[in-house]
Amino acid sequence: MSKKINILNQLRYRICELAFVAQEGHVPSSLSILDIVYVLYNNFVNLESIKKNSLLKENIILSKGHGCMAQYVVLEEKKILKKKELNTFAQFNSKFGGHPDSKKILGIDASTGSLGHGFPFAAGIAYAKKIKKIKSKVYCIIGDGECNEGTIWETSLIASHHKLNNLICLLDNNLSSKRAIDLKNLSKKFSSFGWHTIEINGHSNTELIKAINTKNKKPLMIICNTIKGNGIDFMEKNPNEWHHKKIEKSDLIKIKEKLL
Amino acid sequence: MRKQFAKTVEKIFYRRNVVLILGDIGVHSFGKLMQKYPKRAINIGILEQSSISFAAGLAKLGIIPIIHTIAPFMVSRCFEQIKVDFGYQQLMGNFVSVGASYDYSKLGCTHHCPEDINLMKNIPNMQIIIPGNSYEFDKLFISTYKNKFPTYFRLNERENCQKIRIKFGKANIIQKGKKATIVVVGPALSFIENFIKKYDVNVIYITTLAPLDKKLIKKICNNTDKVIIIEQYYQSSLNNEISNIVDKKIKFYNFSIPVKFISNYGTTKEIDKQIGFHEKLIEKKIIKLMSSNK
Repeated sequence: MSKKINILNQLRYRICELAFVAQEGHVPSSLSILDIVYVLYNNFVNLESIKKNSLLKENIILSKGHGCMAQYVVLEEKKILKKKELNTFAQFNSKFGGHPDSKKILGIDASTGSLGHGFPFAAGIAYAKKIKKIKSKVYCIIGDGECNEGTIWETSLIASHHKLNNLICLLDNNLSSKRAIDLKNLSKKFSSFGWHTIEINGHSNTELIKAINTKNKKPLMIICNTIKGNGIDFMEKNPNEWHHKKIEKSDLIKIKEKLL
Repeated sequence: MRKQFAKTVEKIFYRRNVVLILGDIGVHSFGKLMQKYPKRAINIGILEQSSISFAAGLAKLGIIPIIHTIAPFMVSRCFEQIKVDFGYQQLMGNFVSVGASYDYSKLGCTHHCPEDINLMKNIPNMQIIIPGNSYEFDKLFISTYKNKFPTYFRLNERENCQKIRIKFGKANIIQKGKKATIVVVGPALSFIENFIKKYDVNVIYITTLAPLDKKLIKKICNNTDKVIIIEQYYQSSLNNEISNIVDKKIKFYNFSIPVKFISNYGTTKEIDKQIGFHEKLIEKKIIKLMSSNK
């Protein structure tokens, strides 16, 4: 466990380091999903099939594309991406931008950034897998802020109507929406849309693994209660200010002291 | 063209990698198909934006999606979904709309869509096909639906009566003359087909608006001083495109739909008349333009 925490802290620092160098990146939103992304790649996907870009692979669609730094650093840790390449994050010729690009990056299945696109896209992949009788699952990460988008609810209807039980959605409930719309009881809402819904601590690997393993005939919605900026106290305390704020050298020093 | 659309789709549905997605329209026409292939011919419901992204997800796994609904709900409403999920991600898909321009004249402005072509023209690599009649739809659809690009097919109530040997990506020169060149797109040919033979003009017929047959257009337009463009939607970028490929200065005249809301109802013919897009007026203007030295 301590080794895992250590890895996750290293990944947290890597996100901040990349964001500092590039002076770009949605750091708190990446940190709130880091545990989710790590658990998915560590426990639920066949890395070899991702490396081969096999049609049979599991798909991980980051619908809240601005959290992509979490996916980048986990793909790097899993040796799918090269460190040298990722060091170019947000530079002119880099493959890696502030939102993920499926045409450039191995392991990225959808170019997201405009919220509300990735979730129906993931449902389409899940439906295609049913037609093609491909067994692997489709994982989709959406945000609570993203749940303001109508397509989230439209897709919830599509997925439950077509019984897409190969679609697992992990909702990063980092309370981004609260300053605009209070979404209240998300579990109840998705249950009423025909999903099997589980609510967990999105920073607990054990809870994540248990929830993702749930077998059901319905599509699965895991509401992951998370903390925006998780692991970095000054971001946790002021998530709105840090949403897209540049990291200064002095911030990075503080972060390093805490994490490594 | 709608009936032909159903027949054409039936012809290709033996392919297991084709999926038809209806936005709760045309369900009756595709009834048999939906019964025979319940997983691949679906009425997804009235949720257009998600339908487009969903279809892109299908395409990601090698399925050829055919998405069908009314033009404003597909193109105007879902422009960003088409742009990002299909355009930017370079996925193949077939967008087949009905309700071209003001085909739904009696239903009013919410169901009009004269802006669709200009919107679609702004998506890089989008193929735009405007068949002039059912025969042409069938030919063009069969030759393009699986060519790996996103393609927009505009189904129109109005059809021309010609049987031209059209080909995807190619324009046709259907009449040669000296006094001017008429460039006419798809069903708009029906506005001139009854009289145009009387006049000494070239007629270039276009059914593929993107990619444009620049070679033929350049060849013909290089020998003319006046180009008259007839297209039944908001004026497209054809003027600029032709200007950019010819080697001389050309005077352009346009017959297109004026950029304003049409708030009347009635028949399409009544709307044609109201906005000045009808046979008699077009003929009159062509005569005037041919005799003009300006």
